[in-house]
Amino acid sequence: MTAPAIELRHISKAFGPVQANKDISLSVAPRTIHGIVGENGAGKSTLMSILYGFYRADHGEILINGKPTEIPNSQAAIAAGIGMVHQHFKLVQNFSVLENVILGAEDDLLLKPSLKKARSLLEQLAEEYELRVDPDALIEDLSVGHQQRVEILKALYRRANVLILDEPTGVLTPAEADHLFRILSSLRDEGKTVILITHKLREIMAITDTVSVMRRGEMTATVRTVDTNPQHLAELMVGRSVLLRLEKKPAQPGRTVLNVRNLSVSDGRGVECVKNISLSVRSGEILGIAGVSGNGQTELLQVLGGLTPGTGQVDIDGSELPLTGPGSDARARRETGIAHVPEDRQQLGLIMDFMAWENMAFGYQHDDRCRRGPFLMNVNSMQDYCLENMQKFDVRPMSIEALAKNFSGGNQQKIVLAREIDRNPVLLVVGQPTRGVDVGAIEFIHQQILDLRDAGTAILLISVELDEILSLSDRVVVLFDGRIAGERITAETNEAELGLLMAGVTDASAPDKAANSA
Amino acid sequence: MNKVPKWVDVALIPLANLVLALLVSGLVVLWIGENPLKAMQIIVQGSLGSAYGLGYTLYYATNFVFTGLAVAVAFQARMFNIGGEGQALLGGVGVALVCLFINWPHWLLALPVAIAFGALFGAGWALIPAYLQARRGSHIVITTIMFNFIASALMVYLLVNQLKPAGQMSPESGPFVPGAHLPTAHEMLAWIGIGFPKSPPVNVTFIVALIACVLVWLLIWRTKLGYAIRAFGHNESAAQYAGISSFRIIMISMLISGGLAGLMAINSVMGEAERLLINSVQGAGFVGIAVALMGRSHPLGVLLAAILFGVLYQGGAELEFELPAVTREMIIVIQGLVILFTGALENMVRIPVENYFVRRGTGAR
Repeated sequence: MTAPAIELRHISKAFGPVQANKDISLSVAPRTIHGIVGENGAGKSTLMSILYGFYRADHGEILINGKPTEIPNSQAAIAAGIGMVHQHFKLVQNFSVLENVILGAEDDLLLKPSLKKARSLLEQLAEEYELRVDPDALIEDLSVGHQQRVEILKALYRRANVLILDEPTGVLTPAEADHLFRILSSLRDEGKTVILITHKLREIMAITDTVSVMRRGEMTATVRTVDTNPQHLAELMVGRSVLLRLEKKPAQPGRTVLNVRNLSVSDGRGVECVKNISLSVRSGEILGIAGVSGNGQTELLQVLGGLTPGTGQVDIDGSELPLTGPGSDARARRETGIAHVPEDRQQLGLIMDFMAWENMAFGYQHDDRCRRGPFLMNVNSMQDYCLENMQKFDVRPMSIEALAKNFSGGNQQKIVLAREIDRNPVLLVVGQPTRGVDVGAIEFIHQQILDLRDAGTAILLISVELDEILSLSDRVVVLFDGRIAGERITAETNEAELGLLMAGVTDASAPDKAANSA
Repeated sequence: MNKVPKWVDVALIPLANLVLALLVSGLVVLWIGENPLKAMQIIVQGSLGSAYGLGYTLYYATNFVFTGLAVAVAFQARMFNIGGEGQALLGGVGVALVCLFINWPHWLLALPVAIAFGALFGAGWALIPAYLQARRGSHIVITTIMFNFIASALMVYLLVNQLKPAGQMSPESGPFVPGAHLPTAHEMLAWIGIGFPKSPPVNVTFIVALIACVLVWLLIWRTKLGYAIRAFGHNESAAQYAGISSFRIIMISMLISGGLAGLMAINSVMGEAERLLINSVQGAGFVGIAVALMGRSHPLGVLLAAILFGVLYQGGAELEFELPAVTREMIIVIQGLVILFTGALENMVRIPVENYFVRRGTGAR
């Protein structure tokens, strides 16, 4: 048997009080695709950062092809044949593909020889691995999937034998993800080793040879993929059994609550992000908004939540919402009965340095129960209320004085959700409800959203996780480039069809159909 | 959850910083050929060792409480108000107008009106920088420091051309009306039969400063407005999500901050000088920044830090008198070192100490 391509022995790493990696040993065989799964905060990224030289381990050693190797920085990692494709690409937007590939790896003071060499190598790689990219295209003109290929090419140009990909499919459409998997398979077949970090079990099952599961900084299991199944992996990740699919009663849609007509939204730079959208949501119904991230979902959520001005017409229960100027702020939206669970709970939904009880009233600080007279806060009542809600939502630790930043992602989300749901909103707009949330809490959060639907609230659900859209929503609208690419009844569609719409392959009649179907 | 004990956070770390600052200051004193222990003894003895010294220490501390609170309130909204100097100067103008032109029958009547005017003028001086920040995004640090210069030029104009009595040489206003005289510690303690030296300028304003500390605490941690200010200070976009208007918070927090800085004039102008001098603030506005930093923007911390700086001011003056080798500039070096260690280099001590306690905490379990 050959020596493992990568072997980690007893790696430990602590950040202050947090033990991110505890005594981790891992062995990755050459010519395999090795998956690493785990919830957010399980320590996957830390481990890979140690391997790539961003952090140094407190203890433990790294062996590459059987040889003990010190990796004090990323240059050393590259020299050892390790390449990394980050979740957020590190490309110069106004450089060509070729220029990006050689950046930092130029042979010479003059660029020309390097460019020439890179061009021929790129042609060769394109043949070998289906990694086709126009070498002269500017990065800013490429799709996300192609940009990712450039990142892979960069690693290969630096003679990487081991390729680490960190959550590579987060920004891809299903079709692009399939293409990526084909590339990874051919890389393996040509002798490379691939480490794939992800939290999507489906991908693990589809592509990997072996899979390691991390939980709370420890490596809990390494198994051959053929010997396992998603249910089993999920249990290893969470440490208990979980339901992957929810029981869902049929929806009982009532009156039309949200009616959006010809809505357009521009971002801070004046670029139009939402383009003339019309949709509606009825009470007791969940409308899912699917799409690859960055196609106008954020702006749609923000205009409904009162964070961004827009143009067009939005009615709630028949009365028109102001989209600019006075009365269009977040406080006015809440008073109309719109609850908003933002996409980014750490940046918007919570104040990380506030205690739980302060966060439980965040946005509702003018409520009668939160004040005593016109000026004072009613601290006792706010604290009682917080404890009550934490019990209802099983937030742990159940400490009203703990700071928001000391809760896990799932528990932070429970605080936001508890706060927004508890006011019995007419409309709930919710963005990425389970992003960065552990599998155990996902189940609970999904159930709460469904219960709210059954209680008669209209829900607009925005998510980049197609699984989530499919399992929760009753109807799906797909956004592409700020426009509605199509609308479907969830029960009558499937992932493949939605995937096409997400990639911008629209029905000819899409905009009108979306407008009329309500 | 791993947590550092509270006493470490509020007492041990500031104390360790202070000790470090004093050690380095000691080296400086040693370097110029004096005995650092003797210097230390003179500072403590001179500022706290006698009723006379204490009277001066508390007088300075009162000034620093107001300017420190001013910076602290603005800090809570993440506004760096370094215009305390100018706002306090203008506060002096407000106080002087009240005390020059109204013939007060009793100081108890004069004090509330002077407080209102001092605060109003101080807040007024913060109004334009606040508005420029809130509406136009002009950086508050730049505008407030500019307004310090405008304020000192304005003082020269007012005193030379408007408020100086005819025939007087020095650029200062005439004396205030007798009814505006605030009782000093000497007079107040005499009411209850305690003897206190006559010359230290500490006066009833010290009590006003203590009340201001309590009110600021209430404002920040017990009112809806304070909640909104803190939320805005921690995260502006989250505050917008919660329906908190950034314009409103910037304006209100800066006006409160300017008002507090203006109140310093009650102590220095009305309580001590009893006339408007050309530089009634003497750098207290800037010391307030250090006081707020060291006090971690908490009213109790501000009070303690203000007293510490009072000690350094009064003790420093004594030191300059007793040890001629230690010049005025050397005192400023020592004060600077305290600011450096307690403010700027705070994390140097904080991080290792916190790690130590966290490790000990996990080990014990």
